[in-house]
Amino acid sequence: MSQIAQQVFNALQLGSFYALIALGYSMVYSILMLFNFAHGDVFMVATYIGYFVAVGLLGLVAASMLPLPSWALFVLTLVLTMFLASFVGILVELVAYRPLRDAPRASAAITGLMVGIFMETGVLALLGASRKDFPALIPPQTFQLGPIYVTNLKILTLGMTLLLLVLLYLLIHHTKLGMAMRAMSFDYAVVPLLGIPMNTVISFTFALGSALAGAAGILYGMSYPVLDPYMGVIIGWKAFVAAILGGRGSIFGAVVGGFMLGAIEILVAATMPSTMRDLIAYSIVLLILTFRPYGLFGEEYSARLRL
Amino acid sequence: MSSPQLVVENLEVYYGNIRAVHGISFHVNKGEIVAIIGANGAGKTSTLRAISRWMVKVGPKTRMTFEGHDLLRYPPHKVVSELGISHVPEGRRIFGNLTVWENLMLATYARKDRHNLKRDFDMVFDLFPRLAERRNQKAGTLSGGEQQMLAVARALITGRRMMLLDEPSMGLAPLLMQEMFAALRQINREGTTILLVEQNAHMALKFAHRGYVLETGNLVLEGLTMDLLQNPRVKEAYLGG
Ligand SMILES: Nc1ncnc2c1ncn2[C@@H]1O[C@H](COP(=O)(O)OP(=O)(O)OP(=O)(O)O)[C@@H](O)[C@H]1O
Ligand SMILES: [Mg+2]
Repeated sequence: MSQIAQQVFNALQLGSFYALIALGYSMVYSILMLFNFAHGDVFMVATYIGYFVAVGLLGLVAASMLPLPSWALFVLTLVLTMFLASFVGILVELVAYRPLRDAPRASAAITGLMVGIFMETGVLALLGASRKDFPALIPPQTFQLGPIYVTNLKILTLGMTLLLLVLLYLLIHHTKLGMAMRAMSFDYAVVPLLGIPMNTVISFTFALGSALAGAAGILYGMSYPVLDPYMGVIIGWKAFVAAILGGRGSIFGAVVGGFMLGAIEILVAATMPSTMRDLIAYSIVLLILTFRPYGLFGEEYSARLRL
Repeated sequence: MSSPQLVVENLEVYYGNIRAVHGISFHVNKGEIVAIIGANGAGKTSTLRAISRWMVKVGPKTRMTFEGHDLLRYPPHKVVSELGISHVPEGRRIFGNLTVWENLMLATYARKDRHNLKRDFDMVFDLFPRLAERRNQKAGTLSGGEQQMLAVARALITGRRMMLLDEPSMGLAPLLMQEMFAALRQINREGTTILLVEQNAHMALKFAHRGYVLETGNLVLEGLTMDLLQNPRVKEAYLGG
């Protein structure tokens, strides 16, 4: 029983990472019908940004120039990283996708992959092959909740993710930019006729997705403190699968898909040999997609007009 | 005599290599209601899109000015936000996944005169009380006629100096069509210039002050609507003899 509860926490933690990253794929897809295949590497770069922000702030604290308790340090790191990471997304769109706005989607997808490789090798060239250790922003602690043990990091990851999801919901539903995003996902072309600059909405969407990837990067780095330039590849693809599982372009679906994928992986890992984990987990995903090719919350046919 | 609010000269619209509009010239005076009538494929939609700088390419000889501003220098969203030209596009194109209220709020996105918003919302709900009743309903669940009202309402909120209307009568039952044109006349009385294109020539010519007849990308006739209504060629081709 406690074993199961323990695994539920693990699943929620893993699902949080997937959900936060999957949102970036889905939001961009919802307005541009484009899979941003560089997004996994945006996550990687964002995590490195988080690393430097954390190290820098910790340095200031150590030099007594920044008298902050550790929770405030964490929040500051998170906010700064999300802010800086948003520019990574904006830049990727500006450089890689904007010039190809009217090109076939395949060209944009290939370009995205190239940009991803560019970021991986760029980080490698810039920082060398040695791995970086993400500093401990918050001293690890284990709580006992009845019969089960959870670390403060797991609770923090889940709590932060839920908070960000609520904020994202409010943003999308109660700000004009959020409304514009939703409008654009319904009828892309007509948005300028309302006096709304399309590029602003698109940049905003990329910024939002990469800020969430930045948050994921911090939370991930705190739990798995080893950074390397290829860390975004596997987790990026998995989050992409989560986005597809949830239904392409569906923001709600990305969240559900992310947590579901986390649950499936942990379930398989808990019951099967560890080498079989991904093989079985992704067979299950394929099976689900066989029965629901548009994902859990995808629309069978898209009502949107692209003329 | 002051110069017209909108001047269009030598308008050519291209889709790839196909020329859909063949160098037409016309103008619209401030406060006027002008109708362009024409059959399917005549180039009505293309003409309106060219004015909005939206989705079409114009030829090299084309000149268009609005209140003295060179329209060709404006991207589509600035035609709306800086010049106050609103456009009710063909097929309504409202956002079905947003509520009626959200559709209207979105239309305020680029408005700089925040203090006039309340007045404009009041006017819109006054003109179309049904929209007020359904403000929290998803726009996609409105009836076709209600969606058409929402499209006009949304345009009214985006900009009121000039409104371009692409077949506002489309798909409306006769009674609703009367209501719609009464609302448009009211909008015009409050100072909005109207340029509309219509296949429904009878309705359009009754409604407008001046009219143009567009045939396969060329303007073939123009004049006061009362004259056009009597014109044998118009009667023959557009008013059913
Ligand atoms: N996207 C496009 N690509 C190619 N040709 C187009 C495109 N849009 C319009 N055309 C062509 O341009 C011509 C004019 O089209 P337009 O839509 O302006 O006509 P219209 O007068 O609005 O017709 P309707 O009354 O049917 O709406 C037509 O021959 C049409 O086939
Ligand atoms: Mg048309």
